[in-house]
Amino acid sequence: MEINRTQQQPAVFRCLGALGDRVLYVLTDLGRMGIFLLFALIGLLKQPFRFRELMKQLGFIGAGSVTVIFFTALSSGMVLGLQGYYSLHKFGAEGMLGSAVSLTLIMELGPVLTALMVAGRAGSAMCAEIGIMRISEQIDALECMAIDPFRYLISPKFLAALISVPLLTALFDVVGILGGYLAGVKLMGVNSGSFFSGMEQSVTNHDIRLGVIKSFVFGLLVVWICTGRGYFVQKIRGAGFGAESVSKVTTQAVVLSSIAVLIFDYLLTAILL
Amino acid sequence: MNTDIAEHHESAIRFVDVCKSFGTRNKRHRVLDHVNFSVPKGKTTVIAGGSGQGKSVILKLILGLLRPDSGQVLVGNRDVAAMGYKALQEVRMLFGVLFQGGALFDSLTVFENIALPLRERTKLSDDEISTKVVATLKQLGLAGHEEKYPAQLSGGMKKRVGLARALQLDPKIVLFDEPTTGLDPVMTKEIYELFTTTQQHLGYTAVIVSHDIPQIFTLADQIILINKGELDVFTDATQISRSTKPEIREFARMVMGQ
Repeated sequence: MEINRTQQQPAVFRCLGALGDRVLYVLTDLGRMGIFLLFALIGLLKQPFRFRELMKQLGFIGAGSVTVIFFTALSSGMVLGLQGYYSLHKFGAEGMLGSAVSLTLIMELGPVLTALMVAGRAGSAMCAEIGIMRISEQIDALECMAIDPFRYLISPKFLAALISVPLLTALFDVVGILGGYLAGVKLMGVNSGSFFSGMEQSVTNHDIRLGVIKSFVFGLLVVWICTGRGYFVQKIRGAGFGAESVSKVTTQAVVLSSIAVLIFDYLLTAILL
Repeated sequence: MNTDIAEHHESAIRFVDVCKSFGTRNKRHRVLDHVNFSVPKGKTTVIAGGSGQGKSVILKLILGLLRPDSGQVLVGNRDVAAMGYKALQEVRMLFGVLFQGGALFDSLTVFENIALPLRERTKLSDDEISTKVVATLKQLGLAGHEEKYPAQLSGGMKKRVGLARALQLDPKIVLFDEPTTGLDPVMTKEIYELFTTTQQHLGYTAVIVSHDIPQIFTLADQIILINKGELDVFTDATQISRSTKPEIREFARMVMGQ
């Protein structure tokens, strides 16, 4: 039995209706995601806590991302070292290279690139896993057994991401600075002492705190958006059905979480710097 | 509508004037239109009808996975549609569910799948859980498959594991969503035998949604036919051909040869 109200309406009303429908959909989606975040955080406090699952997720999100973070950080640091050297050389300020590389990595590139790498590697996998569990009724099965899917499935991923992303960011910073050192000092011949003393003098606790806050927020954004999109795979308009919906929503989750990371990077820098 | 059985037995589940629609604001598709029926306690109710007629929606409404647009879904005397999260969790403890595709957790072994409700919802020790799961595996002919993953099982075995998991907490009501879809006739017969044995043994109320007509009717104490949002209730298959509605008589003639 179908009820179609749009057929006899004038075009202008249909356009306004479609616009209103779109706005309502976006607001509903935001509300849904907000409630999802709340339940996932409440799930962290519920007993019994799944310690074994947390360790598994730490292994997947954290330890599993070490290689990709290492090589991304090394190449980013080396590029920064080379670019920085050529820019600073023009003003005879090569001694500032250590300061430029470390500040850029600790405050900006470290947290942002780590979050983007985690979104691409672990975020996409988390979204696909939860999306498949949703379409194959595994999440329904959990609910039918009166098992809270947030405590059982989502919250351990949240906690693992909140622990892993800051640690991976710290690793990124260290390896990135090493890359900058290799390019600047070993390849371009900048004085090793001035590289490290410049770094020591310019990096303050405030800079490190900013980097840590960013990494926490970005970790939360990535795990929230990626698990949330997977959880609501059947409610996302235009995603289609079955395997196709999971693939589309996974792409959407990575894109959305990457954009959110970049927007929040600007906001946090503007607020906290 | 024939409600003889429901009138003479206490109801386990009752739908009172339930409506449910899907779709966008401008284009609604009404799946259930002021639906009323009861599921008698300890008996088997079969819900049959074409694809997309809302059979699985009925199961999801019973479990509180969907909320009706209007009306009441009563489990015992409690309205599932008006319940908060905690009350809903309590009611769900009464149910076992066998999903269409089994809904087994694909990252867990057969043993872990069956043990999951016991681990999460009881305070049994690991040894007690192990003993109970091994006994169930043996009873359902799954001994030796404990360490396999769902992807390594046949369709029939997945259903049996799903049934084993559904029965672990001794449910009062078991919902079966297309229990024999995709199975060959031998496996279908095996699942029906398993259903009969476990129901006799545990005495649960069964609600079966199925396409397997007319075979599934042999298990039924009550048959509900669903068509275009409306329900018709019968006490046995022979009543269907005597319906006053021409489309139901046509259905009986085409599908059941009556």
